[in-house]
Amino acid sequence: MKSSDHLAWQDKDVTVGAYGILRFVHRLSFNVSLVGQALRDHGARLFWSVFLLFAAALPGTLNGQTADQVRSVQNIFQPIGAPAEAVYRTSVLVLLICLGIFVIVGGLLLYAVVRYRRRTTDDDSTEPPQVYGSTAIELAWTVPPILIVVVLALATARTVGEIKNAKFTGDPLEIRIVGHRFWWELHYPKYNITTANEIHVPVSYLSAPRPIEMTLASADVVHGFWVPELSGKEWLVPGRDNKWWIQPSSLGIYLGNCTVLCGLQHANMLIRVVVESPEDFDKWVTREQRPPTFDPNVEEGRKAFLANTCGSCHTIEGTTANGIFGPDLTHFMSRQTLGAGVAPNDDKNLRSWLRDPQVLKPGCLMPDMKLDKQEVEQIVAYLKTLN
Amino acid sequence: MPNGTIITDAGAELVPARPGEERGTLTGWVQDLVYTVDHKKLGMLYIGTGLFFFVLAGIMALLIRAQLAFPNGHVVTPQEFNYMITMHGTVMIFWVAMPIVFGMINYLVPLMIGARDMAFPRLNAFSFWLTFFSGFLLFFSFVAGPGLYGAGSAPDAAWFAIAPLTSPAFSKGHSIDFWSLSVLVSGIGSVTGAINIMVTIICYRTKGMTLHRMPLFVWLALVTMFLVVVFLPPLSAAQIMLTLERYLGATFFRAEAGGSAILWQHFFWIFGHPEVYILVLPAFGVISEVVPVFSRKPIFGYPMMVAASILIGFISAGVWAHHMFTVGMNSFGVTFFAMATLAISVPTGIKIFNWLATMYGGKIRLELPMLFAIAFLFQFLIAGLTGIMLGVAPFDWQLNDSYFVIAHFHYVIVGGILYGVFAFFYYWYPKAFGRMLDKKLGLWHFWLFTIGFHLTFDPQHFAGILGMPRRIYTYQPGRGWDLWNLISTIGAFVQAAGVVCFTINLLWSAWKGKIAGDDPWDAWTLEWATTSPPPDYNFEQLPEVRSRRPLWDLKHPEDPDWKFE
Repeated sequence: MKSSDHLAWQDKDVTVGAYGILRFVHRLSFNVSLVGQALRDHGARLFWSVFLLFAAALPGTLNGQTADQVRSVQNIFQPIGAPAEAVYRTSVLVLLICLGIFVIVGGLLLYAVVRYRRRTTDDDSTEPPQVYGSTAIELAWTVPPILIVVVLALATARTVGEIKNAKFTGDPLEIRIVGHRFWWELHYPKYNITTANEIHVPVSYLSAPRPIEMTLASADVVHGFWVPELSGKEWLVPGRDNKWWIQPSSLGIYLGNCTVLCGLQHANMLIRVVVESPEDFDKWVTREQRPPTFDPNVEEGRKAFLANTCGSCHTIEGTTANGIFGPDLTHFMSRQTLGAGVAPNDDKNLRSWLRDPQVLKPGCLMPDMKLDKQEVEQIVAYLKTLN
Repeated sequence: MPNGTIITDAGAELVPARPGEERGTLTGWVQDLVYTVDHKKLGMLYIGTGLFFFVLAGIMALLIRAQLAFPNGHVVTPQEFNYMITMHGTVMIFWVAMPIVFGMINYLVPLMIGARDMAFPRLNAFSFWLTFFSGFLLFFSFVAGPGLYGAGSAPDAAWFAIAPLTSPAFSKGHSIDFWSLSVLVSGIGSVTGAINIMVTIICYRTKGMTLHRMPLFVWLALVTMFLVVVFLPPLSAAQIMLTLERYLGATFFRAEAGGSAILWQHFFWIFGHPEVYILVLPAFGVISEVVPVFSRKPIFGYPMMVAASILIGFISAGVWAHHMFTVGMNSFGVTFFAMATLAISVPTGIKIFNWLATMYGGKIRLELPMLFAIAFLFQFLIAGLTGIMLGVAPFDWQLNDSYFVIAHFHYVIVGGILYGVFAFFYYWYPKAFGRMLDKKLGLWHFWLFTIGFHLTFDPQHFAGILGMPRRIYTYQPGRGWDLWNLISTIGAFVQAAGVVCFTINLLWSAWKGKIAGDDPWDAWTLEWATTSPPPDYNFEQLPEVRSRRPLWDLKHPEDPDWKFE
C-alpha cells in the first residue's frame, strides 16, 4: 500500500472498533429514517412552497425535457436519478431543521432586541436585575441541539452509505473519465470507445435501471466533476481512481463544470451529459465504434492536418495521428461543442478555433499553429467529415 | 546621567531618552513606532497593518466582482483573475484577519488582566515585524514573481494552493515561492506572538484576577493562542515541504513520483479548519464583552461560556477533513468527519443561547458596538446553519466548491468575524484614542455595510444551488447565474462605500471626535479603570479584583458581584 493511500483514509485504515460503531450507527439510522421518511416526503413539498418563491425567479428551471433539450440551468433541488435524489432527500431534512432553528433563534433575537431595548422613558439611574446564569436552564437548552445533531448524524451516515457503498442492480455502464487541463477524456472500456467532453449515457427506467459507474482520474492536476442534477461532485486526483456514479432517469442534456481550480481555463472546462433513450444510445455507440470515414475529397485537409503536427496531440484512428495530449478527434462531428463546451461546434467557431484557439479559450494548451487561411479551410473541411 | 535624560530647572521632566528622537515631529513619531515594545502601540500597529492590507485585498475583491458582474466579462484576463482570487484569499486570512486578531488581543489582554505589558515585549515587537514584512514579501511577487520571464505576476493556485498546481511543472517562475515563504514567515510570527500572549495570560494577571474571574475576551484569547501554537506548525511544515519539492526535487505532493495531492489537502486543512476558530473565537470574545455592557447585565452562564470555548477548541482539531468530503474518502472517513463537524455546533449553539439570555431582561442600549454585535449574532446564526448544511456530507457533495461555500464562509468571516472587529473598533476606539467615533458616520457605515453585505453574499447561495462553481473567471449566459452575480457585484460596491465611511470616521474622529473620558460606556472590566488613552505603564492604581466585574463592584458597593459568584 502506498503511503498516500493511507493518508487518504482508504478502506482498511479504519480500526475494527470504529468500524463496529459505525456499522451500528448505520443500522440505527435506518430505524430513525423510517420515522423521518414521512417528514421528508411531506417536508419536501412544504420546503418547496417556501423555496419556490426563489426558484420561480430562476428562468427555465422547471421545464419538461426531451432528449435534445439542453438543461443549461442546473438546480441541485431538481435531482434526476438515484444518487442525486438520495442527496436531495437528506438536504430537505437538513433544510427543514435549519429553517426551524433559524425561525426560533432569529425570532428570540428579534424579540430580545425589541422587547428589552432601552426606551427614552427609561430611568437610566437604575440597572436591570443582575442575573448570572442558571445551570438548570443551560443544561436544558443543551439537550435539543444534541438531539438534532444525533438525527443529522444518523441521516448523514445512512445517505453516505447508500451512495458510497451502493450495490448496483442492473448492468452498470462503466466510463473512465480522465481530467486534463481544460478538457475531459472519456473511455467506455466495454465498448472500446474513446471520446471527449460529451458523455453519452442511456436513461434509466424504473423497470430497467442502468447505473453509470464512473472512474475518475486525472492526467495532470486536481479537477472536480459536477453535474448538479445528476449527483454531487467528486474530485479527479492524480494517482488515484475515484469511483462515482449517476443514474439519470430523465432524458436531456445536462451541463456541469470542473469545480477545482486547475489553471487558466478552469472556467471553460465544461461537462455535457447527454442522456438518451437506450435505442439512441446504442446508435451512438455504433457510430463511435465505426472506423472513421475516409473521404477522398478532403485529402488536402488530411495532409494539412498531419503536416502541421496536429497528430502529436490528437488521435484520429486510421491515420498516423495518435497523440494523447488533446481530445480524440476520430468522431469529431458527433460532438455538439468545441473546446470542452466553450462554443458550439459550427463552421464559424471551428475556423476561429483553428486560426487561433487562444481567441475562444485564452490559456488553453493548444497553441496557435499559425495556419494560413487556406490550410484552415482545408482542415475545417476535413474535420467536418469525421462523423 | 543615563543617556539623554535631562532634569530641567522646573523639576523632574523627562525628555526623549533615545538620541535623535524628537517628540512631536514626524521622524520622532516614526522612530517611536519602530522602536516601540509597548503592547498598545504594537497592537495598533498590528491593526493598522491589517487595515492597510484589508484595503488592498478589498480592491482585489471589487475587481473579482466587476469581472463576474456580467457573463463573458472582460475586466481582467483569466491569468489576472487567478492572481486576484489567490491574493484576495491569502491576504485576507494571513495579513488582514490574523494581524487584526493579534492586534485586538495585544491591545486588550494586558489591560484587561491588569498587567503593565506583555510577558516578552521584545518578542512581541519581533512577532509584529515578521507579520508586517512577510506581507510585503508576498506583495513583492507582483514585481519579482516571474523571475526572468517578465513582470506582473502573483501566486495563482488559489488561497489553499491546490497541489500539484504548485509543483514546478505547473507553476513556473517564483510566485508560488513568494506565497509559501511569506506564509511561512507570517506563521513563525504568529506562533511566537501566541506563546507570548499565553505566557502573559497565565503568569501576569494582577492580584485577585484568578482564571475564573478573567474577562471572557481573555479566555477566548487564551484558547485561540493554544490553537495557533498547535495548528500553525503543520502549515509551516507544509510550506517547507512545498519549498523542498520546488527546489530540491522532493515529491511529497506529486503523484507521478509516489507523492499524493491529497497529502497537501490534509496538511493544509489540519491548519485550515482550526484557523477559522482562531479567527472567530476572538470575535466571540468581543461579542461576549459588548453584549453584557450594552444589555447592562453580566454575561449569562460564564462557566458554560468558558467550557464551550475550550470544547470548540478541542473539537476543531478533529474536523479538518470536512473540507475534503469530495476527494474520494471512503464512507467511514466521510461519516466520522461529518459527525465531528456536526458535534461542534453544540458548544457554538450554547454560546448563542447564552448571549441571547444575557440580552433577556436587560436594558439594551443600541449604541454602535451593540448594533454590530446584534448583526453579528444574526449573521453568525445563518453562517452556522449553512455550516450545518455543509457538515452533512451528502449535501456537501452538492454544495462544496460552489458559490454556496463562498457565501457560507464569507458569512462567517465578514458577517461574523468582521462584524466582531467593527464592534471592537466602536467599543474600544475611545479607550485607545480618548475620543469617540462619530455616531452619524458610524450609522452610515453600519447600514451601508450591512445592506451591501447581504446584497453581495445572499445571492451567492442561490448561484451555488444553481451549480455555479467557485474560482471561475467567467461564465456563459443562460445558466441562471447572471442575475445573482449582478446583484452580488452591486452589493460589493455598496460594502466598499461603507468601508469608506468607516475609514473617514477612524481618521476624522481621532482628530475631532467627542472627548470620551475614561469610561464612556459605563463598563466593568479593568481597561476602563485607567485613562483614555492609557499611559505607557497602563495603570497608576488598580482597583481590587474580587469578581469578574471589578468596576461594577466599585460602582455598586451595595450590590457587589463577589457576593454572588
